[in-house]
Amino acid sequence: MKSGWLARVLSNILGVALALFFLVPMLWFVFAPFNEHATLSVRIPENFTLNNFQVVFSNETAVRSLLQNSVIISGGVMVLTALIATLAAYGFSRGSLPGREIITYILILFSSVVTGTASLVPIFVLIYNLGMFNTYQGVILATVGGMLPTSIFIMRDFIDGLPRSYEEAAMVSGASPLQIFRDIVFPTLRPGVLVVAVMAFVSGWGAFLTPLILIRNASMRPASIAFYQFYSDEGSPNIPLVSTYAVLYTLPALLLYLFINARYGFRFFGGIKQ
Amino acid sequence: MQQRTVLSRPISLAFISPAFILIALFLIYPFFSIFSMSFTNQALTGAAAKNPQYVGLDNYAELLDFDTWMTRGEFGSSILITAQFVLGSALIGQAGLGMSIALLFYRRNDLLRHLVYTLAIIAWITPDVVIGFAWFAFLDPNTGTLNNILGLFGLPAQDWLLKFPMLSIIAFNTWRGTAFSMLLFTSALSAISPSYLETSQVIGASRWQQFRDILLPMLHTTIATDLILITLWTFNTFTPYLLTGGGPGYQTELVSIYTYRIGLQNFEFGRGSAVAVAVMLINLVLASVYLIVSRARKTK
Repeated sequence: MKSGWLARVLSNILGVALALFFLVPMLWFVFAPFNEHATLSVRIPENFTLNNFQVVFSNETAVRSLLQNSVIISGGVMVLTALIATLAAYGFSRGSLPGREIITYILILFSSVVTGTASLVPIFVLIYNLGMFNTYQGVILATVGGMLPTSIFIMRDFIDGLPRSYEEAAMVSGASPLQIFRDIVFPTLRPGVLVVAVMAFVSGWGAFLTPLILIRNASMRPASIAFYQFYSDEGSPNIPLVSTYAVLYTLPALLLYLFINARYGFRFFGGIKQ
Repeated sequence: MQQRTVLSRPISLAFISPAFILIALFLIYPFFSIFSMSFTNQALTGAAAKNPQYVGLDNYAELLDFDTWMTRGEFGSSILITAQFVLGSALIGQAGLGMSIALLFYRRNDLLRHLVYTLAIIAWITPDVVIGFAWFAFLDPNTGTLNNILGLFGLPAQDWLLKFPMLSIIAFNTWRGTAFSMLLFTSALSAISPSYLETSQVIGASRWQQFRDILLPMLHTTIATDLILITLWTFNTFTPYLLTGGGPGYQTELVSIYTYRIGLQNFEFGRGSAVAVAVMLINLVLASVYLIVSRARKTK
């Protein structure tokens, strides 16, 4: 490259500016949880304390929401979305269905609109009639339904880029479609499956409106709603406790990402693109 | 390219069926339910709650009443606000910034790259509720971080959400969603063989020429995919509600927030459904435009 030192310095300054742009709005969460008198401003606490964490962990409902309810809901969403989307994307990619391009696009359209606020009324009625009101399954299935089109769309990109020769060879030697899927396609697709799984987990972990409407029982609600445990009766937040709970709530999604990134690298599209 | 089939039609249908059942239940059924409700005056309270009446196209006529529809807090106005929001935060903000980051760190693998990528991804995967708090604190008129930083440079503090609400939510959504475009463009760029760029350098192409004549044509399907997805997501996002609640004075009432207010706060299900159907049609047009453009370029 002919770029001289000036270009290199400029691009580094730009890079640092970008890092600050993404960092600064989150900086508050680094300090506020360790300050008993935290306000909305970023301030290094004078008396570093873990007291906020102690108070948060003594709130039984908040802890159960975080460690049990949110884990069950987003874990279920993750497993079901990854599995069902990969199966469907494989069917779309390797089958000979007419109009599959159009179908995928229409489904994406559906999902982007129908997962919006308007559809919560019919979804509530449906879940109620299926006897899944106030259950984890109801929230999980409704969330998976909304995630599927985009996940199938992303998985298809991965599968379309995969050479068919392995599958054809396996077919010739007499493997069944399910065996081919389990032993060849799914393992080769690991990077793609991980992208979809992480997206599904993050989406289930962050879901707010759907569980708010489909689960009435406070002891079953996920962490996204349990924030209200730390609001006063007049509806104003206890800032030190809310910031502490927010950090605890964000951590699992973050750690999952960092783990997968370190282990496999988080990227789009398969490795063996033709 | 010749397409060979690995799966017979019944077996490929079997692979698709679990997805089909869930999509039919939770996407297609709600859609038709919304569609049929949009021709009624269904509501949660009042006389219409027990005996909803068929009202034909009344709900639609009300939405498209051209005397009032551009008034703040009406349908036309919310569509216009959403269009500005999509243009500013998705097309210019997320796609532009995502592409810039991908190009800036093209074939670099240093600490700064990892830092920028990790921070952008943290902004992307942190749950909505938490991000809402973070930006609320960041933009706070009295002690917010943004005003504190401006204060260091001698600039006056602002009540951002009150004075520049639209700019605030555009910056917010750019910050929030850039990681997706960044990751998509980065992986597409890494799939391009470096020999193209090396050859062009030998014959003296400038950076801009390399981008325009080599990278851009090779990336156009990725760009189309990216623009379709982020336009649709941004068009329907509800998260800015956490910052502004659609205000002040409906200035940031995106069409998703408008739908929420009509359908789930005022509980006018019929009218809310009509809005949802209208939004669906707009999305259809948007996606079709991109689809046609990307097809046209592919066949060229």
